[in-house]
Amino acid sequence: MSGGRILPVILPPGARGATGGPWRAPTLRARHGAVLVLALLLAVGAAEAAAEPGRPSILGTLWRWTPLLLEGFVFNIAISLLAMAIGTVAGLAVGLGLISPNPGVRGVSWCLTQLFRNAPWLVLLFFVMFLLPFEFRVGGVTIPFPGWIKATLGFALPVMANTAEIVRGAIQSIPYGQWEAAESLAFSRRRTLWTIILPQCVKRMLPPWMNLYSLVAMATVQASVVGVTEMLTLVSEVHAAEGGRPELLAPLYGYALLCFFLYCYPIGRLTARLERRFQVRI
Amino acid sequence: MAAFFDWFRWLYEATGINLTILYDAFDRQRMVAGFWTTVWLCLVCIALSVVIGVVGAWLQGSSLKWTRRAVQGFIALFRDTPPLVQIYFFYFGLGALLPRVPNAYGIPEPVLTNVQWAIISLSLFAGAFNIEIFRSGIEAVPRATVEAAEALGYSRLRAYVHVVLPLAFRICLPALNNNLVNLVKTTTLAYAIAVPEMLYVAKQIWSDATNVPEMMVFLLLAYVFLVGCVVWVMGRIERRLKVPGIGL
Amino acid sequence: MAAWTPDQPLLRLADVHKSFGAVEVLKGVGFDVMKGEVVCIIGPSGSGKSTILRCINALVPIDRGSILVEGQEVNDPRLDKLALRRKVGMVFQQYNLFPHKTALQNVMMAPLQVLKQDKAEVEARAHRLMAKVRLQDKEQSYPGELSGGQQQRVAIARSLAMNPELMLFDEVTAALDPETVKEVLVTIRELAEEGMTCVLVTHEMGFAREVGDHIYFTDRGVIVEHGPPKEFFARASDPRTRQFLDQIL
Repeated sequence: MSGGRILPVILPPGARGATGGPWRAPTLRARHGAVLVLALLLAVGAAEAAAEPGRPSILGTLWRWTPLLLEGFVFNIAISLLAMAIGTVAGLAVGLGLISPNPGVRGVSWCLTQLFRNAPWLVLLFFVMFLLPFEFRVGGVTIPFPGWIKATLGFALPVMANTAEIVRGAIQSIPYGQWEAAESLAFSRRRTLWTIILPQCVKRMLPPWMNLYSLVAMATVQASVVGVTEMLTLVSEVHAAEGGRPELLAPLYGYALLCFFLYCYPIGRLTARLERRFQVRI
Repeated sequence: MAAFFDWFRWLYEATGINLTILYDAFDRQRMVAGFWTTVWLCLVCIALSVVIGVVGAWLQGSSLKWTRRAVQGFIALFRDTPPLVQIYFFYFGLGALLPRVPNAYGIPEPVLTNVQWAIISLSLFAGAFNIEIFRSGIEAVPRATVEAAEALGYSRLRAYVHVVLPLAFRICLPALNNNLVNLVKTTTLAYAIAVPEMLYVAKQIWSDATNVPEMMVFLLLAYVFLVGCVVWVMGRIERRLKVPGIGL
Repeated sequence: MAAWTPDQPLLRLADVHKSFGAVEVLKGVGFDVMKGEVVCIIGPSGSGKSTILRCINALVPIDRGSILVEGQEVNDPRLDKLALRRKVGMVFQQYNLFPHKTALQNVMMAPLQVLKQDKAEVEARAHRLMAKVRLQDKEQSYPGELSGGQQQRVAIARSLAMNPELMLFDEVTAALDPETVKEVLVTIRELAEEGMTCVLVTHEMGFAREVGDHIYFTDRGVIVEHGPPKEFFARASDPRTRQFLDQIL
């Protein structure tokens, strides 16, 4: 928001509340997710129709490979959680750097944020995969550095930059009076930040941070492009193992879509709900 | 110009910084082509996604419950699944189910090329976000303002064209800005189905010339530049439409 | 139906009922307004005052009864709402200016886009109206740059640009700072003195007494009491009216 007088001409999106209006989005309920399952079944059906007789059924094939595919999916989730954890810690540091009184720290933090926020995730992934060594040597001990860890770091970079922005935005949204009040109580800057400002920021940071997580979870499939074995790699392996039937591809990828949808849709709903709830209590 | 390019050959010999895309004519042409492919991909997808967004937001105002639900489902589907899987699903999955048609030489070819599939899936992906963005912009226009237009004798449609849309567009510009930046970044996923865009070309070049670090830095800068262009253009539009008092 | 003649009421409400869901806001409201008359509607919040105005302008449909503007039934589904709204101007509590247009453009928009009138003519009239509301120096300002009172005067000019026969004012000073209330009231009084037919919903008792030809007191969806201002304020007899006036005055 720009400073100065904000007249009641425009409500923030989603804050219409009591005024109501003709353009209400319908809420989507869980049962509407059934439509997705239906779409998958349709894809299967279409493929089934295209299949030559005498081949194993497509649903049966999907079912047979489900344990393996889900294992891959869990691996994706693990990567996303780890990347999120690393990225958040680093992002908090960079975010605090963005508001540092030291112009040098501020400049470096700004460059890091802009670079990793505006570069495509896939490019960052290539960057990390190719430029980090596959093993470290620390005093004669060789520590292997497998691809999936590098990929995790690759995802952590944009998480860091985006978290930094979220942290900066949240801190700056806290009224300046809070800083002044703390200062008048003889709090040091660091103490004010950690005990007064940041706790108030958590609420504001949570929805965008959850959005970010959802993006990370969905981005993990890109690791397959740089040769890390995860769900999508397994999907194409399963496809090859089934004799490379082309009609099997739509159901297999549909299956992967479904897994991610079932995981990310609830996160999205929860985020939207939190956003609404926090908005009321500003 | 030749001297400029030759300087980079000298740079390579002197320092080992191997920018083949500058001194090697073949690599240069490849990269220029890749760059324009990326730009073209961005422009087409931006245009299509905005159209999808406008039509979708309009459909979402429909009085038919199932039309609204279908749009809502479309948004949820494309927003909560990985864009890369969407591209695979379209290109490999649906592409395999579509019939092949013989080309000019009589050789059967897929109906849609990988570039076209990339455009379709990226536009749908960004379009789903645009629908939400436009809808929340329309919702943010106060009912009272629309009522004032009606009290002045505006018909529903006229009030929409002259009052609601100009306001809604201004409200949703920042979010649209974000989404279009995201779209530019997402075009790299077309790499996965061998669309010869910048990342794909860069990979080819570093495979030939083994100059991974140089190409990486170039790629990062190139994308930061492209994103900067989008931000700059959107910023100009925003400034042009800036009206005091609409403080969002 | 006989053609409307100026000796008949310009506006006639008879037995108007309106419910929002289970809540009945208007329970049989009726009154007449003659041409050139200024009518003030007062009463506690939630007594249905604003709803009356919104019904007159066909912004909300009524459930029962009739509203005649120049002898034409507002509640008729075949009614040309555009024609009605050309005759009836409305000013809102929250001004509701179009924030993306300058003050002058706000005044010009409806005549140009709805009535398709000639641009030069509309512009000349808009300049006159801006001068009339004493904002000729703010013509190029956006609503966001104007104070509440200035915005409200632009809103009045915007309504007047349609050359209405009847002006409805819906608590137009309720959202204003005390110091800007006066400038808006002055504008309305000038309009009334020029002979504009006005229906005002207001909390400004002093103003109602000064400019009103007739005062109506509504409570819980009915008109409790009415009369010319002098009699009304001096001799209101109903306990509900007395209680309200005692609280306000």
